Amino acid sequence: MSELNQNAENAAASPERRRFIGAATATAAGLAIVPGVMLYEVAHGRAEDQAASSAVRWGMLVDATKCATGCDDCVTACNTENGLTPVAESAHPKQAPQWIRKLELQDPLTQMETNLPMMCQHCAEPPCVDVCPTGASFKRADGLVLVNRHTCIGCRYCMMACPYKARSLVHESLNDTQKPDVPRGIGCVESCTFCVQKIDRGDGTTACVEACTASGHNALIFGDMNDPESEISKKLRELPTKQVRADLNLNLGVRYHGI
Amino acid sequence: MASITFREVEGSSPKYWMLFGALGLFVLFGALAWNTMHHYGHVVTGMDNQIVWGLPHVFAVFLIVAASGALNVASIASVFNKPMYKPLAPLSAILSLALMLGGLLVLVLDLGRSDRLIVAMTHFNFKSMFTWNVFLYSGFFGLVGIYLWTMLDRSVKTYSKAAGTAAFIWRLILTTGTGSLFGFLIARELYGTAMLAPMFIIMSFAYGLAIYLMVLAAAYAWTGRTLGDAVMMRLKSLLVVFVAAVLYFVVVQHLTNLYFAKYHAVEAFILRDGGIFTSLFWIGHIALGCVAPLAILLSRLGKQRSWIMVACAFVILGGLAQMYVTIIGAQAFPLDMFPGLNEKSSFFDGEVHSYVPSVPEIFLGLGGVAIALLVTTFAVKVLRLLPASLDDETVAKLEH
Repeated sequence: MSELNQNAENAAASPERRRFIGAATATAAGLAIVPGVMLYEVAHGRAEDQAASSAVRWGMLVDATKCATGCDDCVTACNTENGLTPVAESAHPKQAPQWIRKLELQDPLTQMETNLPMMCQHCAEPPCVDVCPTGASFKRADGLVLVNRHTCIGCRYCMMACPYKARSLVHESLNDTQKPDVPRGIGCVESCTFCVQKIDRGDGTTACVEACTASGHNALIFGDMNDPESEISKKLRELPTKQVRADLNLNLGVRYHGI
Repeated sequence: MASITFREVEGSSPKYWMLFGALGLFVLFGALAWNTMHHYGHVVTGMDNQIVWGLPHVFAVFLIVAASGALNVASIASVFNKPMYKPLAPLSAILSLALMLGGLLVLVLDLGRSDRLIVAMTHFNFKSMFTWNVFLYSGFFGLVGIYLWTMLDRSVKTYSKAAGTAAFIWRLILTTGTGSLFGFLIARELYGTAMLAPMFIIMSFAYGLAIYLMVLAAAYAWTGRTLGDAVMMRLKSLLVVFVAAVLYFVVVQHLTNLYFAKYHAVEAFILRDGGIFTSLFWIGHIALGCVAPLAILLSRLGKQRSWIMVACAFVILGGLAQMYVTIIGAQAFPLDMFPGLNEKSSFFDGEVHSYVPSVPEIFLGLGGVAIALLVTTFAVKVLRLLPASLDDETVAKLEH
């Protein structure tokens, strides 16, 4: 007690020291609180007990003009983040799940080649959700189209309904590459989740986008399409973009430039 | 109107038990096939992420479609008041229940998580055609069950017409639902058309009647009961109409598609370049399933019972070929995400997908057929479903 009093006396006796402690405390508090506030503001990370909000619509812009031939960093990153065995290492490549794939397009007349990643397009009107008998396929309020692993019965009707061939059935028992925050299981259907575990952590981006940026190609931008100030919204205003199979009018969460 | 005596088949002969045992063996094989698929996963099947519905669905959908068609004979008796068909009605009802059971078993045992069937029974999404089918199938069992009861129990006989009419309407809705499983799919060119619902209904008429005729003839031949030509010729003529109607629908569907440039590639695939699918379409579905039965039944051959049986077998085989082309052929053709462009990827985009059914799939499908026939075989032994005689004289009395 006397020691405390002594400290207090010392502090009172030294205004310089007091200012330093005050500043340090404020900095520490700021360091502790600000990132949380910033993440919430910028990336919309949210508490576990807080429901996803329809104020946000997660989306991706693919700039096919920047997507490099032969580069599959996005695919590798997806496999690593979500614990998928790369298709090249699979004993059953036709049955191996693929959440994202590189698509090579060629115009037979002009020979023009285009590269782009294809994955779940996170439709606003998802056919997979419409056809799912148990409601296991669902669309979250923030636009993510996901599969509830507890109620998926493996009927594969969603795979029949998807115009993008975005979904895979897990055909065999999974090995130990599984990730704790990416539940998967034999007999269930799965697809790209826009790295829901990262979004819910507040990362505000996906593994494929991070990898594309890291490689310097910058062909992928991820963000909130409802926020007019987000990078993706600004880019979408600038660049002419298309939706794949726009004739189906599914209002996709993935938009392509240069196709 | 003359009365008809219904009698159980004795079912004590070695021949009966041999049939029972043989069918039971196939049911056992089916169970083992399911166990293998369930244990190892769909990796042991020929299905993959390109061909997601394989041979089990071909058998399942065929049996479900045939089930509603097998009820037709009963419907003609009760709904359309044709007395000649009345003695044929109980077998018609039990056969339709048995075929439905076989088809549904194959369907649910082919699920990726068949152990979660209870989830399908407790979680519903009413925008899904599959969910509607769950109710349509359950309702079918209920209504046809009640209908059968009104036929077998004199005390409730007065409700027979009402029950029969309800079952008839229900079965039309049910097959509309089965056709719409495919009709309500936007992704693939060969689906996504209202045409599939009425086409499945007319196919059900043909497949169901062909199975009914074969079961009826076999039951009477093997029990030594008399089955007169009057019945056979009447049902044969009906089969001609149904098979001709199937052919009509198929021709109209493909002709319509051929008119639209966006369907040219997929039509060329089915009709010309699709290898096994093209062969199954032309040789299986069209030649064997439609043209040959029509030629047999409309010619002098159609007066001989053995040839009628051959025609029925052709209709059934043609029906299986049709389901194979409809279900697997449509998936084998690659999705056209970027019309006019060639596509290539590690996920086999832009390629025609190949499919070879594995042994477990074949036995799972045959298990469904076996269970349908086993149920029928057992039912005619324990229930009074078959008239003691269907000779021409007895049948003629019914008409007057």
